[in-house]
Amino acid sequence: MKSCLLCGVGGQGTVLASRIIADAALAKNWFARTAETIGMAQRGGCVVSHVRIGEQVDSPLIPPGKADLIIGFEPGEAVRNLHYLKPDGMVIVCDKAIQPTAAFSSQPYDANEMLIYLQNKISRCHIILCQNIYDACGTLKPLNTALLGAMAQSGMMGLSLENIQNALQKKIKPHLLPINMRALEIGAKSI
Amino acid sequence: MKELLMGNEAVAWGALAAGVSVACGYPGTPSTEVLETLAKINPGWVHVEWSVNEKSAAEVAIGAAYTGARALITMKQVGLNVASDPLLCVNYVGVKGGLVIYVADDPGPISSQTEQDTRHFAKYACIPAFDCSSPEEAFHMVQDAFAYSEKYGGPVILRSTTRVCHSCAPVEIPQVSPPSVIPEFEKGSQWVIFPRLSFLNKQKLAAREPEISRDFCQYPFNQRIGEGKIGIACGGISYAYVKEAIEGQEHLFQILKIATPYPFPEDLALSFLTDTEKILVFEELDPLIEDELIYLSGKKGICAHISGKRDHSVAAAGELSAAAIRRTLSAHGICAEVAEPQPAADLPHVPNRPPVLCAGCPHRASFYAVKKACSEQQAIFCGDIGCYTLGNAPPLNMVDTCLCMGGGVTLAQGLFHSKIQDIPFAFIGDSTFFASGINGVINALTNQAQLILIILDNGTTAMTGHQSHPGLGKTISGQTVTPIRIEHILTALGLESVQVVDPLDYPRALAAVKTALQQNGVRAVIFRSPCVALLKDTVPLKVDEPRCIGCNRCIRELGCPALSAHQHKAVIDATLCNGCGLCRHICPQSCIV
Repeated sequence: MKSCLLCGVGGQGTVLASRIIADAALAKNWFARTAETIGMAQRGGCVVSHVRIGEQVDSPLIPPGKADLIIGFEPGEAVRNLHYLKPDGMVIVCDKAIQPTAAFSSQPYDANEMLIYLQNKISRCHIILCQNIYDACGTLKPLNTALLGAMAQSGMMGLSLENIQNALQKKIKPHLLPINMRALEIGAKSI
Repeated sequence: MKELLMGNEAVAWGALAAGVSVACGYPGTPSTEVLETLAKINPGWVHVEWSVNEKSAAEVAIGAAYTGARALITMKQVGLNVASDPLLCVNYVGVKGGLVIYVADDPGPISSQTEQDTRHFAKYACIPAFDCSSPEEAFHMVQDAFAYSEKYGGPVILRSTTRVCHSCAPVEIPQVSPPSVIPEFEKGSQWVIFPRLSFLNKQKLAAREPEISRDFCQYPFNQRIGEGKIGIACGGISYAYVKEAIEGQEHLFQILKIATPYPFPEDLALSFLTDTEKILVFEELDPLIEDELIYLSGKKGICAHISGKRDHSVAAAGELSAAAIRRTLSAHGICAEVAEPQPAADLPHVPNRPPVLCAGCPHRASFYAVKKACSEQQAIFCGDIGCYTLGNAPPLNMVDTCLCMGGGVTLAQGLFHSKIQDIPFAFIGDSTFFASGINGVINALTNQAQLILIILDNGTTAMTGHQSHPGLGKTISGQTVTPIRIEHILTALGLESVQVVDPLDYPRALAAVKTALQQNGVRAVIFRSPCVALLKDTVPLKVDEPRCIGCNRCIRELGCPALSAHQHKAVIDATLCNGCGLCRHICPQSCIV
């Protein structure tokens, strides 16, 4: 069984990304379970999706210390959830911070501090540069797809780039496919 | 073919496969997706509706079930409180067609007011209950629930919890065909609830309880698994956590998995009690299985050692997890202690990120206008259930009370009648107004309360994911119907002042509240502006940096997620800003363009 924790901020597309991983696993005749944050937290709060794939999966929730991979849609959220990672696990993280609503943050929040911490702490840490996604796609909307590209390239979940491409084709509206395929490629090249 | 389905989607498919004819509900996390899915996959023969509230939903479904049609009601756990009047009564009357009440409980709670347990409601109401532990089980159980409902001629509850409702697993998509039953209402005295009938039927309900209990002992999802001497009793999602927690040590344990918490499958539990030396009970919400086991051991004179919530081996509130179960097992000396990974001590400071009103949310503008209009007046702001509960957060601080659906309007009247000097305001959303706010307004008028009613009309049921309501002129299936205008209702009720204003037009919004402050009686301001999440192609604003003096007034006063300070000057995040323009009215330099 492989477990992947996707974490970010409400509205970043973590739910869709976790479904695509699970769908890709299903297409390989594996079993899959996901658990997602739906509800009040989606309004700009912290969101986490659990995805577990393999021959048999009993529980949808990943216990602390059991994630093979953490996909951080936001540097601070990757740090917040780091205790879910296995000792030899991998982190794939996007470099762009989403500032919390100014009224709630007493201290300034520096994404670089988070990224440096992750790099020092985790031997297998890959940072996905948002600028590259923006340059290729003209928008950061397909960030989730780029992160999936990195995930596929890493081999951590046993899913290939082709598996993810096929899952995307089933899930994404045709007119959005080209931009998502570009994002997928950018993500894969980042590893 | 198997498809990845969310627990709630699996319930919808299961109900369709079971031949449901009528499905009603009111949106509420984590139950909402059942009806949404059913409306989407409806082959055309199911009547699906968002009812105005759970009580109405239950009554519509009961009427359908009287004819022999199969009917489904969906709601979250607090919705069950609203529906409890018809549901407690209908069990005395009975039904002809299968009636399944799907209730989604919310351990945590994650998005609810309470951590109540529907299994207890089932026992209290004498309604048989099923409890599913996964989406694939939910798919089968909803079909079984319809069959049992017809077998025993009464309603049946299917209870689920957030981690089943909102988790996905592969489920076989069924072939469906239209229900074969020909609906017919047979007139007879059995449909009219009278004291004599209730006396007789309560005897029947009591008599059938042991009968159903014996029947449930044969129910395949009630299981005894393993032959170890340490017993673990569980049900619902806790079964999944238990399996993960004892992985590799299964030989030590014997699991009693309870899929039908009421009536409790006593004979199955009895063999578990006599065959184990020590028992731990893992269940979320209330210690229902635990109490049943303690009761059973007392009844049968069995000396059992049962641990769970009652002896504080398991936390009284909050979600369970495999890690929490491991902790309890090691505290009882059953499993070796495993150091549980904790957030590292050297972790850099990670910012708090509570949920907030979206950038451009019209509720922010409404709250701000009221706040400014009341700057020299003592006022109390009664909130209600919806996105706008988030108006409690700083810097708005505009929700002083929040209790239950529609409760703000009536609570404000109690404040008034207690003769406090503060002016009571009641904020209520459009969907909540239709659900149960109307009654409160009538109560205020007839009992001469004075209050300012603020209707936050964003043209949708936003918090639960944009469902329709009677004010919109659209049904769940997309049919166009006549919209019911809130201002027409209020005027018809006899309110003398009903102002309809766009809250994003700040000067007029402020003036409307000031006018209301000068008036007496029940007076209403309807702030009407669409939910920003439904808007497309909005244009973000910018700060003209050279002109910004860095007063940060826009940031401090509004708490908009798109606004932050960079080197003391205000910055607008163009990916978040929807161009609502509220900040423009606040900027003393007029430098937001």
